[in-house]
Amino acid sequence: MLLLLASMVISLSIGSAGLALKDVWGILLHQLPWMPDAGTKWDAAEIAIVTQLRLSRVVLGVLVGACLALAGAGFQGVLRNPLADPFTLGVASGCSVGAAFMIVFGLQTALGLWTVPLVAFATGMVTLLIVFALSRARGAMNVETLILSGVIVQAFLGALVSFLVTLSQNVVNEAMFWLMGSLSARSWEHAKLVAPFLVVGLPVLIRYSQHLNLFVFGERHAAHLGVNVERTKLIVLLVSTLLTAVAVSVAGVVGFVGLVVPHLIRLIVGPDYRIIVPLSAIGGGFYLVWADTLARTALSPKEISLGIVTALIGAPFFAYLLYRRKVLQGGAS
Amino acid sequence: MIEAKGLAMTIAGHSILNEMSFAMRKGAMYGIIGPNGAGKSTLLRLLSGMERPTAGQALLEGKPASAYKRKELAKRVAVLQQGGLPAVSFTVREAVTMGRFPYQNWLGEEASEGGRVVERALRDMGLAELQDRRVDGLSGGERQRVALAKVMAQEPELLLLDEPTTYLDIGYQVQLLDTVKRWQAERQLTVVAVLHDLNLAAHYCDELLVLHGGGIEAFGPPSKVVQPDLIERVFGARTVVLPHPETGVPQLLLLPEVPPAEERREEASS
Repeated sequence: MLLLLASMVISLSIGSAGLALKDVWGILLHQLPWMPDAGTKWDAAEIAIVTQLRLSRVVLGVLVGACLALAGAGFQGVLRNPLADPFTLGVASGCSVGAAFMIVFGLQTALGLWTVPLVAFATGMVTLLIVFALSRARGAMNVETLILSGVIVQAFLGALVSFLVTLSQNVVNEAMFWLMGSLSARSWEHAKLVAPFLVVGLPVLIRYSQHLNLFVFGERHAAHLGVNVERTKLIVLLVSTLLTAVAVSVAGVVGFVGLVVPHLIRLIVGPDYRIIVPLSAIGGGFYLVWADTLARTALSPKEISLGIVTALIGAPFFAYLLYRRKVLQGGAS
Repeated sequence: MIEAKGLAMTIAGHSILNEMSFAMRKGAMYGIIGPNGAGKSTLLRLLSGMERPTAGQALLEGKPASAYKRKELAKRVAVLQQGGLPAVSFTVREAVTMGRFPYQNWLGEEASEGGRVVERALRDMGLAELQDRRVDGLSGGERQRVALAKVMAQEPELLLLDEPTTYLDIGYQVQLLDTVKRWQAERQLTVVAVLHDLNLAAHYCDELLVLHGGGIEAFGPPSKVVQPDLIERVFGARTVVLPHPETGVPQLLLLPEVPPAEERREEASS
């Protein structure tokens, strides 16, 4: 938690406008209600950069990272599949189809701001069901087949999103945004949109984390210990998809966060989901803030898409997990 | 404890269990025996409340097993599956503590004496020294002991065993059933076990339920049930039944059609 806060502040101070760490701290501390007005020491542009641009972006990064990492932990636990993640399951792409459709065509409903995430949730759920149907053979779901189905569906939906975007005016940037994800040009509005979903989703997943622990022994085993298996699966899948949907709605498809973060947490603290779930939320925020800092500074003043950074880290990690599974073949992991 | 009333199960148009009725009393050990496909595992699943019968009822303490709330059921009924625990990376103590799940509230806290129950289960199964080892680093026999300790921590009134001795060598088979038997006597536990080995079943069980083609072929003490004609009718194998020279329990010897491979020395010399 402290690490996360420190990262947020350091990340805030890194940027193309070149403000010193102590200035950023100072401006932030002066935002607190009992502190004197910051306007006396810093000029308005500096204050705006810190509070409006950078702070909102860092906060959004933390929220999106937490959502994606939690969704990954949820999918992995309930599917007993170490390779599962919103991206590899195709759910993120499914959500992006719904979100892109609504945004590109400027559609709205009575739900207002919540329209996009809820439509994204609906298309994400449909995608998940399609992926399940594709991978199920005689009732059993194989770990690799499920991911293969996810990747196939994801390739198709990626093309569909590109097609949707092509129909609109602003082709290149929009397509990049939806396919590779980004936190650029986001505001406090977006952070406010994500926060309530996280506030609801996190406690629900924590509530079911002990159930997920029992799942590692197998579904029937968990049932014999008093777990309502069907209800647990339904709720965890719904919440994970919802978290993915809201993350995708504001940041596009940022891949592999939900794969990398819970695994690293697991390596450090062991297999207990009661610890993995909350730490994944923190770790996801931490991971994404740094990935985003890298994305906006590596080629400064030009920005790389956030999804490029996470994929460059995540894909080799995915390959490593796949390889290790092959080596340990037969052992349930 | 258990009462089956016209219990029947049909899966995808095939009748797996025909209407059957029987009663099992508290504190005794029962064996379910029969050839493959006789409906043994299906019957066990119905008794565990995991599946609903197509007709009739499986009553536990007078209430249909499938009508209990999941956690209430898990406080009464524990199931030891064949093959023991999968290789998970939890420690032995963590795995055994999971047996307390039905007694925990949603925060994972427990009002009663859960810690002591876990201690005792670890001690009884001789796992005290292994408690901090990871389950995936244990041998098959040790893992089966962990599975049993976890079931003990669940403190059930009814223990269902689904072919518990499969994949275990004979030393561990006897050790496992000895433990179950001692535990059953100590705590007035009711045990229902699907067993493949008829000799073990005859030794450990108070009564045997013989299933054949989805119906009950016989139900009674081993001395009544383990008879050559009944065994041949159900399993299609010729046998000789002898009392065990030390315990007097009926034991089976197979009597195949083909003469033994290793010829007797007397015959060879004559």
